[in-house]
Amino acid sequence: MKNFKKKSFPLFVALLFVGLFIADPARAMKATLLTGNSLLNMLLLLPPILVLVGLLDQWVRKETLLRYMGPDAGTRGFVYALLLAAFAAGPLYVAFPIATLLLKKGAGLRYIVFFLGAFTTVKLPVLLYEIASFGIAFTMLHIGFGLTFFFIIALLFERYQPVLRVKQS
Amino acid sequence: MANGIALYGTVLLLTTLSFYKDRQKTRAALAKSWKMFLNLLPDLLAIMLFVGVSLSVLTPAAISSMIGETSGWMGMGSALLIGSVALIPSFIVFPLGATLVENGAGLAQVAALMASLMAVGVVTIPLESRLFGKRFAYARNASAFLMCLLFALLVSEVLG
Repeated sequence: MKNFKKKSFPLFVALLFVGLFIADPARAMKATLLTGNSLLNMLLLLPPILVLVGLLDQWVRKETLLRYMGPDAGTRGFVYALLLAAFAAGPLYVAFPIATLLLKKGAGLRYIVFFLGAFTTVKLPVLLYEIASFGIAFTMLHIGFGLTFFFIIALLFERYQPVLRVKQS
Repeated sequence: MANGIALYGTVLLLTTLSFYKDRQKTRAALAKSWKMFLNLLPDLLAIMLFVGVSLSVLTPAAISSMIGETSGWMGMGSALLIGSVALIPSFIVFPLGATLVENGAGLAQVAALMASLMAVGVVTIPLESRLFGKRFAYARNASAFLMCLLFALLVSEVLG
């Protein structure tokens, strides 16, 4: 049963695809091409990030990380989390391995939550595009509000950490 | 593509450096990376297929018809729903949003869609749960959803 639950999402997507294929074969072909394309993008991004995470795991000592993002790091921790998030490119699944490494090395939960929030809000690689398409006011509102919101959420997550039962893998 | 090559190059350089300094550590690091990759892969393959299906079904014309300028609350709800379920890479999100606005979608609705496409991932919840715990995954996605809703309301107040 547990195994089934673990496989239920891939199964659901596979069924969805089969459904699409029956309903609209041309569209299913397009979906296949798009899937291949996003697989390629994933392979361009994820393996090097994972190697980097593996290397950091070996070379960065726990004490070093604690100084920057440990429970007593204060405001500095938020600044580092923001910088890390803003420079990293890619979808959220790239941020997950980085976040698990930081957690394992003892980073405070508030910095992890803020990192994930910032990762979904501020992206330097697409920032110029956002400004060009939607204007500076929109972009500022997006980033300003997003960061403020996730800052508060990060503090809340840390406050209720015991309730959330976060895994420390 | 260029980003990917630069990334591969940098990491290759760092790995070589690391190998030169300490073989044992580098081997352990690479073994761990490989294990992480295998751990993420099954979920990722399913997620990629879902991205493909999302992109093929959600053409700009299809989305615009749901979240037009006069669609109001219904449009806002649809935008948040589509954004939370679909997965579209961030470098496509803004061009897509710009196209939608040109096709007559409301700015607040497009804001809700773009923000939730990037911040909320209903289909990545299983993966997120496995890595961080179920409650964390649900709480993070719920709070991100709230952020997108509030952001869209702010956009309609300030810029609308």
